[in-house]
Amino acid sequence: MTDTPSAPAALANAAPDEFPAVAATGLTKTYGDGHTEVRAVCEASVNVARGEIVALLGPSGAGKSTLLALLGLIVPPSTGRIAIGDQVVFADGQFQVRIQRFRREHLGFVFQNANLMPFLTAVENVQLAMEINDVPSRAARARAMELLDYLGVAERADHLPTKLSGGEQQRVAVARALANEPSLILADEPTAALDSVRGRQVMELFRKVAHEQNAAVLVVTHDHRALDVFDRSLEMEDGKLRRGRRALPV
Amino acid sequence: MNLALKDIRHGLGRFVLTGTGIGMLLMVVMGMAGIYRGLVEEATLLVDRSGADLWIVQSGTRGPFAEISRLPRSIEDRALTVPGVIHARSFVSHTIQREYDGRPLRVMIQGLSWPTDRGAWLPIVSGRALRQGHYEMIADASSGLKPGERVPLGKDIYTVVGLTQLMTSSSGDPMAFVSVADALAIQFDQPGEAIRVERIARLARLENIDLHRTQPQVGDRAVQPAGAIPALGTAMVSAVLVNVAPGYDPMVVGSRIAAWPDVSVYSHNEQRDLLLHGSVDRARRQIGLFAVLLLVVAGVIMALILYTLTLDKIHDIAMLKLMGARTTVILALIMQQAVLLGGLGLGLAYALGRWIFPHFPRRVVVLDEDVARLAVIVLGISLAASVLGIRKALGVEPNEVLS
Ligand SMILES: Nc1ncnc2c1ncn2[C@@H]1O[C@H](COP(=O)(O)OP(=O)(O)OP(=O)(O)O)[C@@H](O)[C@H]1O
Ligand SMILES: [Mg+2]
Repeated sequence: MTDTPSAPAALANAAPDEFPAVAATGLTKTYGDGHTEVRAVCEASVNVARGEIVALLGPSGAGKSTLLALLGLIVPPSTGRIAIGDQVVFADGQFQVRIQRFRREHLGFVFQNANLMPFLTAVENVQLAMEINDVPSRAARARAMELLDYLGVAERADHLPTKLSGGEQQRVAVARALANEPSLILADEPTAALDSVRGRQVMELFRKVAHEQNAAVLVVTHDHRALDVFDRSLEMEDGKLRRGRRALPV
Repeated sequence: MNLALKDIRHGLGRFVLTGTGIGMLLMVVMGMAGIYRGLVEEATLLVDRSGADLWIVQSGTRGPFAEISRLPRSIEDRALTVPGVIHARSFVSHTIQREYDGRPLRVMIQGLSWPTDRGAWLPIVSGRALRQGHYEMIADASSGLKPGERVPLGKDIYTVVGLTQLMTSSSGDPMAFVSVADALAIQFDQPGEAIRVERIARLARLENIDLHRTQPQVGDRAVQPAGAIPALGTAMVSAVLVNVAPGYDPMVVGSRIAAWPDVSVYSHNEQRDLLLHGSVDRARRQIGLFAVLLLVVAGVIMALILYTLTLDKIHDIAMLKLMGARTTVILALIMQQAVLLGGLGLGLAYALGRWIFPHFPRRVVVLDEDVARLAVIVLGISLAASVLGIRKALGVEPNEVLS
């Protein structure tokens, strides 16, 4: 990636045969103004294709979380343009879609902490994501069970989050992110709270999800030991994005 | 899936505890309102129960509840001569506090106009009304007296023949009903020495006047109460209660009696207003204001509780937003819990109140309409209080999940 917002550069890393899951160009996010101004993200352009898993690397404060928040429609960019699938979601300084609805239909999030609803069991947490998206309760539950099974935590389906280990919670969170078959999954240091073995397991899950569910997965990580899981990597520094130095094996 | 219920079930202990707290708070509010109602009801009880259309009292006074009113018992007979009057009875009332059976017996003695009034209008729950003009008593159950008990008052012994329920004076004392003659005897009871001295004084006065020579037997009666000596004057009562025959306008009959220069007349409603704006007015307003104050305090506390409940969930709410939940999902979560908490509190307040209030020394009247009113208010408070939380919740940025 370059740090210029030119369209050809933005499209350069899209899978050639497919509409990119996310195509963002010239994203800038500035916090504060005057002498407190912080350019968290500066002219970043990102393309991730469906079925692709991409690592987002960089030192602390580089702007990785901010970039993820921009792509997840959590905070509005100061300037730039975001298209997800075939829809332009942000352009000309404003959102072009109803963001709550767009989020539940097209996006999945995973964070360092699983952030499960503490009062719902594992399966209910996954089910909730679908019920929010108007899937009937029964169908939602059936699919939630399938997802938990797919992620290897089916036997803990009826446990509350506090009764699950960190790794199990994170798997449930991944299942929840997958619930509505999102085209883009955004994960911010999802394995930071896990030991390296479990961390790797979760990363491999993401890879499996990207390839088998045909979703674009963008993962912020500090864990260089698990980099072989990714198709490629992007690096950030001081808000600027560039192509990863290391070519990763597919 | 109902998030509010799931959350409550998850933190059931805490929810119940909070609900119990709110319930007790609301019980106090309900109790205060009940005490207010009780005060008003007790104050107007006698006026309402006596069922009189008109109250004839001493001229220029506001009647026996407001001040001392004295008028001759003969007004009863005069009133009966007025067209339209079907009943006239004396009203004699005074509070006594005597030692009985080793404990203080404080009752308000009410005179019944034997033989026209035997107390049949009283809410008698056991026993019967008066059957003889002397030495029988109907007492309120709250006095602790039982049917058949014999209570010495003055020089006579009165047998309790019937018990009423909820007949108490405006200061909460139980009432006891005897005939007017007995009530006067109790009121003007004098020790033997006083009677002896008075008899000698009366005889001495008689010696000096013509009456002794024309009616010597008056001297034999000098020992009796003044009211029993026709020549000495008539008994004084507090008021005369008048009922008007159907077809007559009490106002017209009243104005006719009011034209007598020696009495004042009040209608039932006027007498009731005099009571409410007179003797119990300050107490009533004091308690009324306190009840309002309590309600406000309860409202503030409920708002704070509901607000903190929401604050506890801010992180979850941020996550819900991140998952793309509609605003209604978040509103439902907060408001349903607020209403359920308010409902639980109200139910508990009602149940606790029913159990505790009857043991209060004075009457606590919890009217259904007051409960309904409180329910509406609690619902309003719950919703208003959750507005604070909702404002907070809707202002939550989904990226709070990230921190
Ligand atoms: N809400 C905000 N207001 C002001 N500055 C912010 C805000 N959010 C982030 N920043 C700043 O933007 C810069 C990028 O932050 P960001 O959280 O994106 O970094 P990061 O790459 O995710 O770091 P880390 O690896 O430590 O998570 C930082 O300098 C940070 O202080
Ligand atoms: Mg970060």
